[in-house]
Amino acid sequence: MRQLLFLLVGIFFGILMFKSEAASWFRIYEMFNFQSFHMYGLMGSALVTGILLVQIIKRRQLKDIDHKAIHIPDKDKSLTKYVVGGVVFGLGWALAGACPGPIFVVIGAGYLPMLVVLGSALLGTWIYGLVRDKLPH
Amino acid sequence: MELIVSPWPWYVSGPLIAVTMFILLYLGKNFGISSNLRTMCTLCGAGKTASFFKFDWRGQSWNLMVALGAVIGGFVGSHYLGADQSPQLNPATVAQLESMGIHSAADDYVPTELYGMDALDDPKTLAMLIVGGILVGFGSRYAGGCTSGHSISGISNLQLPSLIATIGFFIGGIVMVHLIFPFLF
Repeated sequence: MRQLLFLLVGIFFGILMFKSEAASWFRIYEMFNFQSFHMYGLMGSALVTGILLVQIIKRRQLKDIDHKAIHIPDKDKSLTKYVVGGVVFGLGWALAGACPGPIFVVIGAGYLPMLVVLGSALLGTWIYGLVRDKLPH
Repeated sequence: MELIVSPWPWYVSGPLIAVTMFILLYLGKNFGISSNLRTMCTLCGAGKTASFFKFDWRGQSWNLMVALGAVIGGFVGSHYLGADQSPQLNPATVAQLESMGIHSAADDYVPTELYGMDALDDPKTLAMLIVGGILVGFGSRYAGGCTSGHSISGISNLQLPSLIATIGFFIGGIVMVHLIFPFLF
């Protein structure tokens, strides 16, 4: 039953990514050329709302569906992995024109070459797992 | 209905992304799509090759449902929630794309030159999609998250590492589009 809820959240998210055009290669290209406010407005308004919602969760100590305190873990303190990993991710985001969420969305929309991107992203994740111990974090 | 089939404006969609994050928090989970790539590696048997993939994937089955839902959502959005869904781009962007040999900006949601049915016949296009995917997969795990886990969830929780990662995302994207694309297109 709970799994069905997650499926519904995913369907909502997929429609949202598609209809907001965040899953369009064109919009990503336009964003990195600073030629439209669209993507910046999208991320900016998501963040303003997100920061407010997280503050409400913390100040009111909201409980989740199972009556447990909502816990958002802090990210590890580090610099190298965020800078290097971030830049590598950004290169791929611009080239493929899709981050992980939109990869799934665009496959669903029927653009099947995106399956190649998904397969390669799995390969990239696997390579990371193989060399993880040798990388600076 | 008219509102739903039109493109959704950023000031509606942006807050709804945060609402998606909030719903997942209410369901006891943290929003982060790229974790699914690790889980899918584990399901493919990668646990035999690296300890990073040795974990109980059942704890992530909820996230696989979100990813499956995203596929369904993409199908619903493209097939039932509007016709001619090519984004209304800046004319300067369209002109720039034309000069790069991408002529599908007004015709489709993503460039047919990269994502059309016969795009894979061109070895160069195939290579670009493969390299793009590898960078996304490797980079998101190295950085410990992607746009959903860092740029949305992390920054919403005022995490400095997520801001740093997001700045990295943009540096990488800007380098790709401005310095590397001229050699590719």
